[in-house]
Amino acid sequence: MGRLNSPEELERFRSEILSQRDVRQPLITVCGGTGCHASGCHQVVDAFRKVMEQHAQGNGVGLRVTGCHGFCERGPLVVIHPQKVFYQKVKPEDAAAIFEKTVLKGELLEHLLYDHPATGEKIGKEEEVPFYKKQMRIIFGNNGSIDPQRIEDYLAVGGYRALAKALFLMKPQEIINEVKKAKLRGRGGGGFPAGVKWEQCRNAPGEIKYVVCNADEGDPGAYMDRSLLEGNPHSVLEGMIIGAYAIGSHEGYVYVRNEYPLAVENIGIAIRQARDLGLLGRNILGSGFDFDVKVSRGGGAFVCGESTALMASIEGNVGEPRAKHIHTVISGLWERPTNLNNVETWANVPVIIDRGADWYTQIGTEESKGTKIFSLVGKVNNTGLVEVPMGITLREIVYDIGGGIPGGKKLKAVQTGGPSGGCIPESLMDLPVDFDRLTEVGSMMGSGGMIVMDESTCMVDVAKYFMNFLKDESCGKCTSCREGTKRMHELLTDITEGRGTLEHIDLLEELGWVTAEASLCALGGTAPNPVLSTIRYFRDEYKEHILNKRCPAKVCRALLKYRILSEVCTMCGRCAKACPSGAISGKVKTKKQEGIPFKIDQEKCIKCGMCFEACKFKAIEVE
Amino acid sequence: MISFMMDGQPVEGKEGGNLLEVALDAGIEIPHLCYHESVKPYGACRLCLVEVFRNGRSRMTTACTYPVQNGIEVHTGTEKVLRARRMIMELILAMCPGDKKIQQMAQEMGIEEVRFKKEEKDCILCGLCARVCDEVVGAHAIQFASRGDRREVTPPFGEEAKNCIACGACVLVCPVDVIGMKEEGDERTIVRWKRTLKMKQCKVCGNYFAPWFQVEKFREKAGLPKDFFDVCYSCRG
Repeated sequence: MGRLNSPEELERFRSEILSQRDVRQPLITVCGGTGCHASGCHQVVDAFRKVMEQHAQGNGVGLRVTGCHGFCERGPLVVIHPQKVFYQKVKPEDAAAIFEKTVLKGELLEHLLYDHPATGEKIGKEEEVPFYKKQMRIIFGNNGSIDPQRIEDYLAVGGYRALAKALFLMKPQEIINEVKKAKLRGRGGGGFPAGVKWEQCRNAPGEIKYVVCNADEGDPGAYMDRSLLEGNPHSVLEGMIIGAYAIGSHEGYVYVRNEYPLAVENIGIAIRQARDLGLLGRNILGSGFDFDVKVSRGGGAFVCGESTALMASIEGNVGEPRAKHIHTVISGLWERPTNLNNVETWANVPVIIDRGADWYTQIGTEESKGTKIFSLVGKVNNTGLVEVPMGITLREIVYDIGGGIPGGKKLKAVQTGGPSGGCIPESLMDLPVDFDRLTEVGSMMGSGGMIVMDESTCMVDVAKYFMNFLKDESCGKCTSCREGTKRMHELLTDITEGRGTLEHIDLLEELGWVTAEASLCALGGTAPNPVLSTIRYFRDEYKEHILNKRCPAKVCRALLKYRILSEVCTMCGRCAKACPSGAISGKVKTKKQEGIPFKIDQEKCIKCGMCFEACKFKAIEVE
Repeated sequence: MISFMMDGQPVEGKEGGNLLEVALDAGIEIPHLCYHESVKPYGACRLCLVEVFRNGRSRMTTACTYPVQNGIEVHTGTEKVLRARRMIMELILAMCPGDKKIQQMAQEMGIEEVRFKKEEKDCILCGLCARVCDEVVGAHAIQFASRGDRREVTPPFGEEAKNCIACGACVLVCPVDVIGMKEEGDERTIVRWKRTLKMKQCKVCGNYFAPWFQVEKFREKAGLPKDFFDVCYSCRG
């Protein structure tokens, strides 16, 4: 296919693609997202290929490796169309049976179906799985039906229709008005109204303007931008082209971390394919509008997700933030007006233009419209990526979608917003999730990390973990952030190791205040959140560590005390063998000799927990 | 000129200027470590915090990086500002408890004890040395390396600073005097950057007065005649 020179040619090409596709024809889709990749989806794909090559009817069946479906916990995922049969935890050896029984005969393979966690009932279709039921997948939904390396698949689901509409039926200001009306807010964490930003950039003086896509997602455990860029790169690209047209920019950058190799590869392929079809580059769709995109690969510094540090990095400088008293929409990349939005924000744009702001604003709360993709991880049954309407409660996300807490344990807190977000306690689980509510309770939306914690999580330890991350990832420029995060980590370490005093809590609060107030960028501005929010909601747990030298969750090793219950001890001696510090003494009982119950010398014990794990008789108690 | 209020007094600053220079000109004392008039403001030490009221909203910001603007109201000594500055000073003192200048500044700000574990660093990471080397000298011999609490100023790979011309500008601007320069015979050494260079001898008095690299670089940069540096500064008359 050559260049498309008009919207009519685009539609003709789309009809051509659709006419070659028969939705009634069997199609096997295998999730090729990062999670399924890790659990071996490519061996499954190879197995399907082999089976289909050898089978007489193999030719009539399609096989497609798609983007991430989100239910990573249960990968590799396979969906058989047209019936939409949903198989989870598929192994290469299942390929033959799936092909012969399900694809050809329409029979279900019981052992690959998902069991309803409450009723134990087998669920046959993807949309009936509780994990998907309460989601609203307007941005992420196409991931599961397209091969991200084929632009035809994106066109088949209506791709680039919004671009044609924007270029030929709307004026730049109308596009901006539509985005403003949709109340689209930046999904990277700031929540700044995208339309307002676009307008400021459009009105900024200067011929050369840039648009940038921030794909430097760096939160531990968060991977929604990664999966979107890997799974549906054209949706991000289309959003950028529409934005560039509205702003009056002809050059854009996708800043993506090199640790996301598949995202780098797929966006690169998407750019080339869009260029070849005349959807990117000179004279897009014959409209006279020029815009092209370059990929800039980042070295993986967390701080480069901060807009000014990211721009410095694209320029080839050290990724260090600078003061934004003159906003980046006036003077950003190479001191030109620059509009930066993150992956998910850009992916929202085609949806808004295509379906209109009136439709879009029906979703969400008063000030936060649309959906948000969260990376639901931690102590929750259904780990994965979930897209939910703004305003859904944390409880619905954790219990209805996430399937609750494993092992019958109690929910303790949910940490939102990545490493510099806050911990929201169980008592606030009915909080509607949107930008402003999360900020009110001392956390933030961030880019969408959501870590579920149960009763076996120590909140002081959690704060210490995040502070350790931040003290390493702070760029180190501002004294308040570099020294503040380091000292907060030091104080938290003291508390978890039994050296804490009540003054430690006061000092943490004071340091937290200074780090947030005195630092230049949002990294320092939000860095104390994990500390301040855990002190706010779990002060008693801090006090327990300090006053009674006890860790209620039994996590902080230095505060634990291991003891052998002599009445339970079978005198087998496994604990003594496992002990690396020779702290356990006793005498093994055999047929020939009487034993002596084993004992731990507290002076020598290094609290490693090896004995606890070695004991088969639950004779070792942790205090 | 741009006019605004600072601590209740009307002040003026030139377009493109910053709050700190206006304050210093007006005789208002604001502690600072990473600011120097010969290089661009950087905002690393965070000591020069002030509170700026603009459009009915207040925010704390570093005076050195905040551009002068008509109609703003700046307060350099509010309770909030002093509280933050004191903590930052304490953090710096905990990092470099041996620095005389830091000790003195901390004392002036009323810090009597350090509530953190004392470290034994000497450099306060203000970056003035690297910025002077970049912006004024143009030698680009040293730079910041690493992130977070591992951050340091260093020549490439921590080896001898091969681009260093031993001009000593970094030694001069360092607020805590930890770079070190010594001259022995016909050699000058910049101690911290492990750089030793031969010096040029004055044709008149016979003294060694500046490293060869330095005089050549300056001569080229200023377009001076070849024999300009044959005679030292004192003998030039």
